[in-house]
Amino acid sequence: MTPDKDEDNKEEMVEIFVMGKRYEVPKGLTIMTALEYAGYKFTRGCGCRGGFCGACSTVYRTEDEYKLKMDLACQTAVEDGMFLVQLPFMPAVREAYDIEEVDPEEHDNVLLDYYPEVARCVSCNTCTKACPQDIEVMDYVQAALRGDIERTAELSFDCIQCGLCSIRCPADIKHYHMAQMARRIHAKYNQPESDELAKRVEEIEKGEYDEEMEKLVNMEKEKLKKRYDERDIKEEG
Amino acid sequence: MKLKKLSKDIDFMDKVEELSGESLNSCIQCGTCSAGCPFVEDMEILPERVFKYITLGNIDKVLENNTMWICAACYTCSVRCPRDIDIAKIMEAVRQVILRANIDMVDVDEVENMEELPQLAVVGCFRKETG
Amino acid sequence: MEKGYLYYPGCTLKTKASDYEDSAMKVMEKLGEPLVEMDDWYCCGAVQSLSEDDIMNQIAPIRTMCCAQEQGEDTVVTLCDMCYNVLRQANDRMKDKEDDLETMNDFLTEDPDYKGNVEVYHLFHILENMKDEIEDAVEHTLDDLVVAPYYGCMLLRPDNVAVDETEDPEIMEDLLELLGLKVLENPKRTECCGSYHTVNRSDIVEKRVEDIVSHAVNEGAEAIVLSCPLCQFNLDFNQRATEFDVPVFYITELMALAFGLDIEMKNHKIDPRSLLKEKGVLE
Repeated sequence: MTPDKDEDNKEEMVEIFVMGKRYEVPKGLTIMTALEYAGYKFTRGCGCRGGFCGACSTVYRTEDEYKLKMDLACQTAVEDGMFLVQLPFMPAVREAYDIEEVDPEEHDNVLLDYYPEVARCVSCNTCTKACPQDIEVMDYVQAALRGDIERTAELSFDCIQCGLCSIRCPADIKHYHMAQMARRIHAKYNQPESDELAKRVEEIEKGEYDEEMEKLVNMEKEKLKKRYDERDIKEEG
Repeated sequence: MKLKKLSKDIDFMDKVEELSGESLNSCIQCGTCSAGCPFVEDMEILPERVFKYITLGNIDKVLENNTMWICAACYTCSVRCPRDIDIAKIMEAVRQVILRANIDMVDVDEVENMEELPQLAVVGCFRKETG
Repeated sequence: MEKGYLYYPGCTLKTKASDYEDSAMKVMEKLGEPLVEMDDWYCCGAVQSLSEDDIMNQIAPIRTMCCAQEQGEDTVVTLCDMCYNVLRQANDRMKDKEDDLETMNDFLTEDPDYKGNVEVYHLFHILENMKDEIEDAVEHTLDDLVVAPYYGCMLLRPDNVAVDETEDPEIMEDLLELLGLKVLENPKRTECCGSYHTVNRSDIVEKRVEDIVSHAVNEGAEAIVLSCPLCQFNLDFNQRATEFDVPVFYITELMALAFGLDIEMKNHKIDPRSLLKEKGVLE
């Protein structure tokens, strides 16, 4: 399939199929840059380009394999024989709630109350296999079923809300919305409040940092760059 | 609508026997199952009559009635059947044929008093009544 | 493990049925065979899927069996009747049907293959072999209390998973007599409480509760004893639809009280404390 490298050692190309249409793209590109090389312009499903925002969910398979794989377009290198489709939007419903009113002390299982479909989990692990952040998704759903908000929050910490977990769930669970609720509840009601944070916010509101901020905002670009490069960072170890 | 389509599209008896692994024609209509069933008062049609309707091909009657949804899978019928038919399995098969046609009998969002219910009840209900 | 048993809790034991776990852990500790929770476990699914072709709903119980296997154990003990029934039926199915086990193992690519070597037991299987230890551990016999044992369905049916005779079990009666209790013949002790119908057909459950509780009270019962969290919820919570006010205990709660142990009893709808004080069991 791939043209051999000729005597002039031209750049190695790979063959990819975008929604069924064939393209040749340079080997070292990510799915996202490869699509742009092929002439596509992202108007949706593209964000930080750094694997952090979860916008560029992609479903693909490679030529001879039967399995469907899922990953982020900005973080995955193209392979020869890749069949690609982008998912610019996840239509999973997010339950409306007021964070001030979901005190876990008042519910035996607040997550199950808002997301009852969690009780349909069959432990198939499809969600975990889809996660580009290597989160143990099935384990946090099981924790939610058990009423363990802390564990749900801790296990789902790295979630970037890409939605790939939910797209093939046989129980139609909205993992990432449910987990976000767990993290918010855990942070607000279970975690101890940070005195330092409260103090700092008070200092800011009093205007103690206004002068410094003004200086930085009005600084010349070169001076700012120099200041950034020379900032005081302690080495680790 | 979906239920009506279901009765025309498939060979209901074949499907029930395939899913349950039991033979509907073994039933001798003795009524032991109904006699032992704790929920029989709320059933529109007695269990052994449901099986008869299936073997006679009267599927609409089966689909429109509530027997399989009142059944709580307590297995009392199965352990008492003199013909050793696993009646609970047949009832499950009838439920499955309907649920697998993407017909849910309970809406997970409409469950009242979710806060009071133990997980056992909610998980069990969703397993038996949603597809 | 040297002492004790690998313990599978199930979701409900961690929330609504925490009283059962609390009392059972303390009782088993006192008896010298502590319950040690599995490192990893999954919701069993509460009800067994009875379709011949359904492998998907067996995944969860078999994953749990794999976890036990990987912990190097060959025995799992559960307190919850429904969990026992599901785990046991799923486990037996995989042992009997090689093809199903193969399909399961092919699917569970991220886990080691399940070899089918783990056995599932209910707490009663363990307790029936510890009658001497139980008798020795009793500090105050609960003489004044008249109880009706209630088995429900999942401990006794289908035949191949039954912990005792399906139609005429005695295991609970035997254990309760060791505690000094007066144990009644409860005519409705093996009839279903209504199970998961409590979710959206609570009228059916209320009928069953009326039937079961009224018969027990007619025989003279002051309390009902059982081992299933869903039965406990149905009989306790739904009694409000009847004229009765009979406390519903987990068997391990009564055992713990007889052993002189302190237990939580915080999830009961019908508060058992007034009855226990009246009988001199609690101060």
